[in-house]
Amino acid sequence: MICVQRTEIAIVGAGPAGLSAAASAASAGAAVTLLDRQEQCGGQLIKQTHAFFGSEKQYASVRGIDIARLLTEQVRALPNVEILNEATVLGYYQDDGVLAFEKDDRFQKIKPERLIIATGASERTLAFPNNDLPGIYGAGAVQTLMNVYGVVPGRRVLMVGAGNIGLIVSYQLLQAGVEVAAIIEAAPKIGGYLVHAAKVRRMGVPILTSWTIKMAHGQDAVEGATIWQLDEKWQPVPGTERELEVDVICIAVGLSPLAELLWQAGCAMKYVPELGGHVPVRSELMETTVPGIYVAGDVAGVEEASSAMVEGRLAGLAAAQSLGYGLTDAAGLIEEAQRQLESLRCGPVGEKIRRGLAQVGR
Amino acid sequence: MLEKTGVPTEQDLAGVIPPRERLARGPVAVIECFQRIPCNPCYTACKQGAIREFADINDPPVIDFDRCNGCALCVSKCPGLAIFVVDETYSADRALVKLPYEFLPVPARGQEVDLLNREGRVVGRGRVERVQNAKVQDRTLIIWVAVPKELSMEVRNIKVGDCQ
Ligand code: SF4
Ligand code: SF4
Repeated sequence: MICVQRTEIAIVGAGPAGLSAAASAASAGAAVTLLDRQEQCGGQLIKQTHAFFGSEKQYASVRGIDIARLLTEQVRALPNVEILNEATVLGYYQDDGVLAFEKDDRFQKIKPERLIIATGASERTLAFPNNDLPGIYGAGAVQTLMNVYGVVPGRRVLMVGAGNIGLIVSYQLLQAGVEVAAIIEAAPKIGGYLVHAAKVRRMGVPILTSWTIKMAHGQDAVEGATIWQLDEKWQPVPGTERELEVDVICIAVGLSPLAELLWQAGCAMKYVPELGGHVPVRSELMETTVPGIYVAGDVAGVEEASSAMVEGRLAGLAAAQSLGYGLTDAAGLIEEAQRQLESLRCGPVGEKIRRGLAQVGR
Repeated sequence: MLEKTGVPTEQDLAGVIPPRERLARGPVAVIECFQRIPCNPCYTACKQGAIREFADINDPPVIDFDRCNGCALCVSKCPGLAIFVVDETYSADRALVKLPYEFLPVPARGQEVDLLNREGRVVGRGRVERVQNAKVQDRTLIIWVAVPKELSMEVRNIKVGDCQ
């Protein structure tokens, strides 16, 4: 017999958004169950060895790895949070409001009164000949290898993508003593923060905008890559090919929200390229179109971890408040979180996010 | 151009390099942060009130060179590693550049190192005068390197030879 556990708020994903949601919901008084498939909380933060941007309120100047530790400690200190690590959520059954997960080789069920989905995002891939050769990695995999397991992926890397992830992982590769042959970017402009770009440039790494990969070479593993230039219409220009001798090709071309649970739960979804793909329609309090189901972090739209933490806080507060908790100061805290999100997004780099968010209001 | 190459142009730099008179008075910060991004730790780090309070967190930092004493507190607090301190009064022909450094090997005091510009090209040799690695710096070291004076606004990185 499978017995159904109960909780007030279940949170799926213990990355920056999920941890922040757990902290705020539990601080307001709600009983929280936090599920994550990894053995360790923190999500992608546990690979981020660089210091974060933002303001003090979002842990600016603190390294991602340390933010993971701080948030985890904060959540662990709250007696009304149960953390289930190595618990892979398998599905949500909206008819009975049951969340199914696998843990300890057992199929288990939990019935929450509120659900916060903070599953994050997955890396996009790129289609090019030989892209299945060993030695071709997503940037997240390279970070996991290096920063979680202490293994370098190879000797010489071609980085594809000059967004923040491509730039940061290039810097981390250099720190690990791995050569970066070049960073190529199909767009005519560097997508990531220019201060990150300057950091790798002064290490001697070229950044080639309007360039893309044509193909990878190698017998049993990557031995090289052909890159070529793109014109203003993003079309490759024959004759501009260059050969690079590399044993690793790292793909950092963006993320897509991991929204399967939201689809399954019947939340209204919308395709918004600015936010990385299909994202849920939601209220200002991060509630989806299915009452009681909230979202936070990259699953709601791919952004920086600083915004994910604030969104998590907001979703946690709103979910707790809807259960009758934290009524005295909840309104003020919610307003404060919304103000922080607004300020993080109000600059030019947030322009795309603002355009995307304008399309998903409920 | 900066957006295409990652290297600031002379025009970009002209807006952030301290005036000659200020450089003649001793160490001062050069903040090479040109883009509007949501970030403000340089402001919160500065105890001298030299960096103006951000009305909007996306504002690029604005520094008052007269208040800045070149203490370099902001250098390791900047997540973009975009701040350098330059002291052109260091000696008759040498300037001191204090730069953020997060690589191995860590140079020793007195060691000769390659001096790199913003593109990572070697532009000369210099001597490490001091290595700052206090706890508050949180593993972002600050290397004080003496460079030929005419390179004070060129040198933004060092390359430490393998000590085999
Ligand atoms: S060097 Fe010191 S005084 Fe100058 S801006 Fe930085 S922290 Fe402030
Ligand atoms: S801390 Fe650094 S990156 Fe952030 S605004 Fe100040 S100078 Fe720019």
